[in-house]
Amino acid sequence: MLRDFFIQTGKYFLFLKIVFKKPEKWKIFWRQFIQEADKLIISSVVLVSVISIFIGGVLVIQTASNMNNPFLDRMLVGYMVRESLILEFCSTMVALILAGKIGSNIASELGSMRITEQVDAIEMMGVNSASFLVLPKILAVTLLCPLLVLLSFCLGLLGGWVVVSMTSIIPLAKYAAGLKYCFNDFYVFYSCVKMSIFCFVIASVSAFNGYYAKGGALGVGRSSTKSIVVSCILILMLDLVITQLMLY
Amino acid sequence: MIRIEHLYKSFGDVHVLKDISIEYKQGLCNMIIGASGSGKTVLLKTIIGLMTPDSGTVTFNGEDISLLPYEEKKRFRQNIGVLFQNSALFDFATVLENVMFPMDFFTDWSAAQKRERAQYCLERVNVQGNDGKYPGELSGGMQKRVGIARAIALNPAYLICDEPNSGLDPETAILIDQLIHGLTREFGMTTVINTHDMNSILEIGDNIGFLHQGRMLWQGDRHTIFDTDCQELRKFVCANSLARNIMEGHDSIA
Repeated sequence: MLRDFFIQTGKYFLFLKIVFKKPEKWKIFWRQFIQEADKLIISSVVLVSVISIFIGGVLVIQTASNMNNPFLDRMLVGYMVRESLILEFCSTMVALILAGKIGSNIASELGSMRITEQVDAIEMMGVNSASFLVLPKILAVTLLCPLLVLLSFCLGLLGGWVVVSMTSIIPLAKYAAGLKYCFNDFYVFYSCVKMSIFCFVIASVSAFNGYYAKGGALGVGRSSTKSIVVSCILILMLDLVITQLMLY
Repeated sequence: MIRIEHLYKSFGDVHVLKDISIEYKQGLCNMIIGASGSGKTVLLKTIIGLMTPDSGTVTFNGEDISLLPYEEKKRFRQNIGVLFQNSALFDFATVLENVMFPMDFFTDWSAAQKRERAQYCLERVNVQGNDGKYPGELSGGMQKRVGIARAIALNPAYLICDEPNSGLDPETAILIDQLIHGLTREFGMTTVINTHDMNSILEIGDNIGFLHQGRMLWQGDRHTIFDTDCQELRKFVCANSLARNIMEGHDSIA
């Protein structure tokens, strides 16, 4: 098992070496990049939005219910919600959700292309199939996912605001004051960097598993599942490492 | 011309190809025939470089592409048109885009020139009028034709076909065979076809190599296949009732 782990890891880095080759034609690369951005990022906007609004609302209720101490200012609810969203939820949780959505999309698409010999067909034409198929996906996801972080952050706060205004769990002015209290813009940068790294992992791991899928439809399903599991584990491990490196 | 010399290929302990040596000539429909599991697809994939042989050489007009650096190999592959068993058309592209795909990468033609060439290729294989359709909207026979159009888009010197008429009705299968045969003659390509379809073999087999359990047991053409003494080949041929009748006729004359 350990041997297999090292073989797969080595194969993954060799795969990245093939992927990160200069595109055959930049015009085709940009066309692919736009398509992948639309397919992987734009199509995730609704999912991320819905989740963010609801999680923002839930965070407000949970935080408020745990801060009943009269010595604690109710403003801190807004502050805690903001910090939770930007530090962890908008990057790590959204990344875990995207590992399912984007990861399975990439792995199953490439896996299907592999088992129906479309990858071989591209290779036989003299085109670097890994670079042509995978590079635009990795770059689109890695570069554009921070926008989803910002969207998620704003909508999470909005979700909290909606709950506060509907339930009067805390005064709206207190919530607004908490959101503005001690704002550290480095956390936004930290969250975006984290998200970019997570998304690179999601796209590259999924592409790797899909690209080398074998065994028919069952193999495609297996590669898709494996991509999600491996991506999620790596995201959580990297979360710890990046947080240690960037916040301490 | 494609020359294969002393080719061996194995997967672990399973020896799939054993000492294969054969020559495929220009302007002919060269065929690799044999039962399922005899090593035909592995041989074909080794010829086009998708698999690396354990030993032996495959040379295209004297050039061994396995020795070429990656970039050179990529350039060389533009000379090889491949029709895969299930056509391998790109799901993300329309019929026209599929045929234009190699031109997008390897020519500096204008969009109009590429479109014109693609439409010529599609006309040549009789699938004109389907430019905007996606592969999923086409029948199996039409997909094969589009696959052939894409394979000949850059005027390749070599055409490699992996079971071109598998899954097709007999009438369409014969049409695909005749199309490949006609294109081979017209463009002077070296065509290699991997098949186990006796109708195809009898229709267009100019140069046939019979593969059995990884060994090339017999080589000849469609006219001499019935005169063979190779028992394995006789068994393979006689599995088809029409061919069995012809063979029995040949035997009685002999």
